[in-house]
Amino acid sequence: MHRQTLFSRMVGGAARAAVIVGALAAATLAAQAEGKTLRFAFQGTLNALDPYSLNETFTLGMLGNVYEGLTKRDKDLKIIPGLAESWETIDPLHWRFHLRKNVTFSNGDAFNADDVLFSAERVRADGSDLKTRIPADSEWKKVDDYTVDVTLKTPNPILFAEWDTWYIMDKEWAEKEGATKPVSAKDTNPGPAAYKANGTGPFTIESHEPGVKTVFKRRDGYWGEKLIDTNLDGVVFTPIASDSTRVAALLSGDVDLIEPVPVQDVDRVNKDPNTAALTGPELRAIFLNMNQIRDELPTSNIKGKNPFKDPNVRKAFYQAIDIEAIDKRVMRGLATPIPLLIAPQLYSAPDLKRWPYDPEAAKKLLTDAGYPDGFTVGMDCPNDRYVNDEQICQAVVSMLAKIGVKVNLNAQPKAKYFAKVLAPGGYDNDFSLLGWTPSSFDSWNVFVSLATCRDATGKGGPFNLGGYCNPKVDELAKQIVVETDVDKRNQMVHDAYKILLDDTSHIPLHQQSLAWGKRKNLDIVQRSDDQVLFYWAKLN
Amino acid sequence: MTDAIRVKEEQPGVLSRILRSDLFYSFRRSPITVISAAVTLVLILAALFAPWIAPHDPFDPASLDIMNSLLPPQWTADGQAGFLLGTDDQGRDVLSTILYGMRISLAVGFASVVLAMALGVTLGLIAGYVGGITDTIIMRVADVQLTFPAILTALLIDGVARALAGPQAYEEIVVFVLVLSIGLSFWVQYARTVRGSVLVEANKEYVLAARLIGLRSSTIMFRHVLPNVVGPVLVIATINLALAIITEATLSFLGVGVPPTQPSLGTLIRIGNDYLFSGEWWVTIFPGITLAILALAVNLLGDWLRDALNPKLR
Amino acid sequence: MLAFAIRRLIQAVGVMLVVALISFLLFRFVGDPVNQLVGVDTTPEQRAQLRQDLGLNDPVYVQFGRFVGKAARFDFGISYQIKRPVADLIASRLPATLELSLVSAVFALLVGLPMGVYTGLYPQTLLSRLFLALSLTGISLPTFLIGILLIFIFSVNLGWLPSFGRGDVVTIGGFWTTGLLTRSGLSSLILPAITLGLFQMTLIMRLVRGEMLEVLRTDYIKFARARGLSSRAINFGHALKNTLVPVITITGLQIGSIIAFSIITETVFQWPGMGLLFLQAVQNVDIPIMAAYLLLIAFLFTVINFIVDLLYVAVDPRIRIGGAGA
Repeated sequence: MHRQTLFSRMVGGAARAAVIVGALAAATLAAQAEGKTLRFAFQGTLNALDPYSLNETFTLGMLGNVYEGLTKRDKDLKIIPGLAESWETIDPLHWRFHLRKNVTFSNGDAFNADDVLFSAERVRADGSDLKTRIPADSEWKKVDDYTVDVTLKTPNPILFAEWDTWYIMDKEWAEKEGATKPVSAKDTNPGPAAYKANGTGPFTIESHEPGVKTVFKRRDGYWGEKLIDTNLDGVVFTPIASDSTRVAALLSGDVDLIEPVPVQDVDRVNKDPNTAALTGPELRAIFLNMNQIRDELPTSNIKGKNPFKDPNVRKAFYQAIDIEAIDKRVMRGLATPIPLLIAPQLYSAPDLKRWPYDPEAAKKLLTDAGYPDGFTVGMDCPNDRYVNDEQICQAVVSMLAKIGVKVNLNAQPKAKYFAKVLAPGGYDNDFSLLGWTPSSFDSWNVFVSLATCRDATGKGGPFNLGGYCNPKVDELAKQIVVETDVDKRNQMVHDAYKILLDDTSHIPLHQQSLAWGKRKNLDIVQRSDDQVLFYWAKLN
Repeated sequence: MTDAIRVKEEQPGVLSRILRSDLFYSFRRSPITVISAAVTLVLILAALFAPWIAPHDPFDPASLDIMNSLLPPQWTADGQAGFLLGTDDQGRDVLSTILYGMRISLAVGFASVVLAMALGVTLGLIAGYVGGITDTIIMRVADVQLTFPAILTALLIDGVARALAGPQAYEEIVVFVLVLSIGLSFWVQYARTVRGSVLVEANKEYVLAARLIGLRSSTIMFRHVLPNVVGPVLVIATINLALAIITEATLSFLGVGVPPTQPSLGTLIRIGNDYLFSGEWWVTIFPGITLAILALAVNLLGDWLRDALNPKLR
Repeated sequence: MLAFAIRRLIQAVGVMLVVALISFLLFRFVGDPVNQLVGVDTTPEQRAQLRQDLGLNDPVYVQFGRFVGKAARFDFGISYQIKRPVADLIASRLPATLELSLVSAVFALLVGLPMGVYTGLYPQTLLSRLFLALSLTGISLPTFLIGILLIFIFSVNLGWLPSFGRGDVVTIGGFWTTGLLTRSGLSSLILPAITLGLFQMTLIMRLVRGEMLEVLRTDYIKFARARGLSSRAINFGHALKNTLVPVITITGLQIGSIIAFSIITETVFQWPGMGLLFLQAVQNVDIPIMAAYLLLIAFLFTVINFIVDLLYVAVDPRIRIGGAGA
């Protein structure tokens, strides 16, 4: 195709048309001969193929083309039956799952209750990174080949919320390949599951060179043909880390689909006659943490006390940040300001709104709190984790400078950033930026991860970087997890968010957008959990 | 024997001595060299006086407005008065960031060359003059140093410094870290050149004579041997200056280097790279052109100096 | 000669040990690998356990001893991220890097040498000045910018050449992959090889030019002229031949440097070689890969230096005498 582009520039009108027709014909012929292969490039690499090695969106999404869980999620993220055809609660502590019949793994083995019991053991075994997918103390029993009973110690209304990414593995295959234990980092001799995959899904993995290339092939005999819509024979996945190279690869036609498109390049991708950007809201919330647990901020010039312990100071920071300007200029409109620590698609309430941007009020709050001339504080920020994370932090620095707060920014790659600010680094941050997607899509996960009290070692809310602590929130979180009455539960969720908002526990910023780039001849479904699912992709 | 020495033997005033020298004659006769020197001088002065001539202070966050971000150059349709070369992603004036960025690039360049020169010349003199086991040790260390290309040395030193200093302190010492990283990878060249010259000079009669009248080794080395190697060292230094500036830029691409809040030319180019395809070319092209012109001018000066000081070419 | 070789060999081993120690010590400071291994839900207790199991709590010298002992048996452990033996990973990435490095070295020689000869023979012509100016831009722009500009022009705007990767590769002998045998492989090589080779091309051109200028002024060439030899015979038979020894030496020494600089080129072009593996490893704090890479680079440099030293001794009798005596 490259050559044709060149010719078309060189020759005149009629000749050009003829060449293009010829090119199209040639392209069609080639496509028929080779089959439809999607070429896909992502910024990160796909490493181990063991579905329990890494609890990370991209890896789980890619493996979702090969493996399946007892449940699946449809195009709108609604939970639908997967390898379990139906389920019922006998009482709050007893669940029964009816398994799908006539399902085979890609190696031909039949799927049955033994595989489910095996997978339930394996996902909770040492080395698994997905241990929280099922309660550790739940008991799993085979009733017959296609019925499984689960007994719980405590009621759990969201038991199967994350089961679409708890992939069922084949017991016979795992035993034959010596893959009965999850592959973890400390394994000196990782099992074959790190290199191979054998799932019930519509694709298989033909070859896998981590960091170089992974080839997926469409398989015959998939049970769920009705659920999928694709004409692909295969997919070639290549990681391309450099933003400009990835965009260049799409524009030059070397790949059909890229993720992500840097926000500044969305226009360019849309302007090109052969490419288009696919954007939509992502379920991740981006917010700022202010350390309220330390008695003194090491990076501040205020000694002997911690300004962030004063809710007025926190609110002053909040109101000094012009989130609309950040979203317009830094995010180019591809972000939505949020009032809570969760995406509005997952939870919102009409009376829970953002504090307005008001630098005057912020300045006054700061003066009233006893800091008329502001103060100095250090800020930690990743520079390769979220969309334009470092630029957001830089904008925050300049906005806070306008109310007299001098922020020293320390932007680092995610490896170093997380090592510093999370539990292993002793939560070493005074002021920092973080993003969070509740893996269960449920607010309870937000509270227990980000907002319940913690001590210095991380007992309590493990990702509560600022160490915000309000016993009322802790109490509500405890009740929410066991409450089975939907209305009562919603009210408690609302109350908890209200407290966080009134306390200015964090500064919610925005929900970032997904931005994929595709060739015009590709149709693909973009789900807001950011999983790239080939079984809804069509090349025309 | 080099011009520098020949000049020294005459007596009149410094200025007229320079003006009458062969070196200056060859300088005047080469228009490209004159232009290069002028460009280099202008750029250095512009960097030195950046706080007075830059229209904005890009390091003062309070003066930035995110709504001014990514404005095109003033002469284009959407350009805004006050931002001659447009603004970057943070709303900083590109012209001002270039002027301030050049300060950092030049400072790192000069300092690392001086460090490499001081280290290399001293070690080279010692190795050549003292000889024996000292010589062997120094030259083997040089071999180890050669094993590591500049960027790997820098990655190593930077990693250690970052870990030892801690992030906040690191930001304050990052320029020194860069100087150390780049300087350390360049010293070998000087040491080898100086050592070679010393081995040749050491057996000459004037050195033997100096030794006979009881001058100390250090005096002989610095007073008598050193002036003879000024020429080649100066040539290496000039070419290294350009190389050091480019290396700093390359390191910032790999994520090692000065933070974006206080950018060097290299950092500016790296940041601007992200905006090349989206049409905001000015963010990367102007710093890129500045860097290229600076490096080119210094390289041309180095070329001329090498040819002019090479007696075999006259 | 043999004594000289053995002495250099012992020194080389010493160099390798120093490099091993430096790289090993560094890695302890780069970041926390545990964070890269686990997902966000992992508890601090599980993290502490993992750190214990990985041996990260042992004293530094114990960890270093373990490291050197295994490295000597080509066992660099399992990559934290990719979960494959590092030796295999490096072996699978080595062909890509070596192929790119060699092609760019050949490019640098094939283009740099004629340009250097021409500018040396006719220093005053317009074309010579143009060559000189062009070659200077090669060392006046950072490599990464050149790469991105090449992609921008030749892939995005003109659509002539691929923007990333190696294209289709052919496997030879079950372990060596090459892109030299397919059309897409060859066209994929062009832009990265130019980007990587530009610096060396400039270097070679300027070196040849300088040597030519010097040699043409020597008495030996003047005598040849006086003898009435054709200028062709003088220029190529005598002058060029004399400049070749230093040129080849420098090019040989530069190969190691090319391999190291390929980190940048490979990153820009997503070239699946060792440099890319190393940079990804740095970002992910994948210590086994980083350690193995640094050792490999040091090894390559040491070997190349060793060979060049021996060649020198073999070629130049003056050094032979000095070397044997010392």
